[in-house]
Amino acid sequence: MIKKRGRVSRTMFLIYSCIVLGFLYAPIAVMVLFSFNAKENRSTTSFQPASLYWYKEVLVNDTAMQALRNTIFLALLAAGIAVILGTIAAISVDRMRRKWVQTAVLQVTNLPLMNPEIVTGISLMLLFVFAAQLLGLREKLNFTTMLLAHITFCLPYVVLSILPKLRQMDPHLVEAAQDLGCSQFRAFFKVTLPFIRTGIVSAFIMAVTISLDDFVISYFVSGSDFVTLPLYLFSLTRKRVKPDIYALSTLVFAAIFLLMLLSNFVQIRAEKRAKK
Amino acid sequence: MKAIAQKQRRGLSALTLNTPYLFWCLVFVLVPLGMVAFFSFHNAQGEWTLDVFRALIDTPKARRTLFELFGVSILYALIATIICLFLAYPLAYYMSHATQKTQRNLMTLIMVPMLMNFVICTYCWVTILANEHGIIASFLDFLNLPKPKLLGTPGAVILGMVYNFLPYMIMPLYSVMSKVNPSLVEAAQDLGATGFGVLRKVTLPLSVPGIISGITMVFVPSVSTFYISQQLGASKTLLIGDRIEMAFVMSNDFNTGAALSLILMLFVVVCMMVMHRFSDGEEGAFVV
Repeated sequence: MIKKRGRVSRTMFLIYSCIVLGFLYAPIAVMVLFSFNAKENRSTTSFQPASLYWYKEVLVNDTAMQALRNTIFLALLAAGIAVILGTIAAISVDRMRRKWVQTAVLQVTNLPLMNPEIVTGISLMLLFVFAAQLLGLREKLNFTTMLLAHITFCLPYVVLSILPKLRQMDPHLVEAAQDLGCSQFRAFFKVTLPFIRTGIVSAFIMAVTISLDDFVISYFVSGSDFVTLPLYLFSLTRKRVKPDIYALSTLVFAAIFLLMLLSNFVQIRAEKRAKK
Repeated sequence: MKAIAQKQRRGLSALTLNTPYLFWCLVFVLVPLGMVAFFSFHNAQGEWTLDVFRALIDTPKARRTLFELFGVSILYALIATIICLFLAYPLAYYMSHATQKTQRNLMTLIMVPMLMNFVICTYCWVTILANEHGIIASFLDFLNLPKPKLLGTPGAVILGMVYNFLPYMIMPLYSVMSKVNPSLVEAAQDLGATGFGVLRKVTLPLSVPGIISGITMVFVPSVSTFYISQQLGASKTLLIGDRIEMAFVMSNDFNTGAALSLILMLFVVVCMMVMHRFSDGEEGAFVV
């Protein structure tokens, strides 16, 4: 009886998850399908026999490729800086003696996470415009402002994913290392860093993905000299529509999918090794 | 003596450790928010004034516009949040009961659309919903059925919100439910609870933190979104986000944009505080 009910609910679960996943993948399916549109067919709403024309088109499109390079470069740089700054921040927050100071700093850390993205975006934009006016700069928004903004919205995620690791650590370990003659720096690299390594790695990955995907904040703080892929796609959807935009996003989708599979695979292997 | 020396050493390093992050928070988090307030209490000539706010509520017409703007945004976001909750809850519930392998695979499948750029996904929905040659319209044409108006309706905007923010509801719900101790469920079953009884008496109360965090993670981006309604909605359905974007990008009216942002921010903060009351001060509600 129980077993039978289990099977029924499992089937229902299967059907239900397929429906939800179908909903989540519907636009992606459209995107992949239309990316194989034939050459003559410039419309994005009807489909003609398959061709790889738009892939070739997008791969020789300098603006698109530059945007792709910019996105990856910015994500790696911003995530790298955010991880370094965030690790220092997490250690300093962890060591704060006064409880209220710690709480206050954590509240401020949480602020960009709770605030609507658009508010974060325009607040940074106002800061940059104001600063540029004070310094008398002609170009108000550029690569630097993008980088600063990306570091800023990645930082909370980094701090909040490293902090729990630090809390798990026995503080006496660092003291022991120092008593045994390590300098503070050596103690950090020999004891603390190996302990929080997994937190740092996951923080870096998270920061990269958030930076890669960000549109709203970038939209407000970007200048014309540095265009990322989300911004480029946005400008395309506003102006003209050609299937190359689908080809480009299909490539991005394939990259994300492969990365997810890879991280899944690595995780499974790590778990298997841990079991042994 | 040694202890004092060590304390001094630590004290000094604490200062050097704290400085970079505190400085960063001050310059790139607190000062920008101060800027928003600063600009909303100034006019275009840079004088201190309440004119910007006054202009928003001065005439009955302005008042009605403001009320409609916030009313529509909040209503759409609320509907989207409720739909997300009802769509996500069964999935997260079943997921937390599935085998390890299924859980992991489903998680991956849910993560991928979340990582896809929302601009392009929203744009693909335009292709699906388009009224003349859209995919659904073509299909209905093929079956010789009448075509309803899909694009440019409130439903399309809400669909866009649900689509883009559904994973943010599934994640926290799943993470809370997968931590529910299975022996609690067994104990309830032993004591005679039916499947529904277990859900109502055990799983649901234990998943409240996940519900709260899911609601905030869907409601906040929904209420402040822009672009979605520009693409999927009728041209006149403007949400707060669109209005703010227009003020900054189109009309260069920084002061009005800042004032609207300030109101939006305060509204979100109040909502958060109310939600936190519900969760009994439960910590860790903002787990991603």
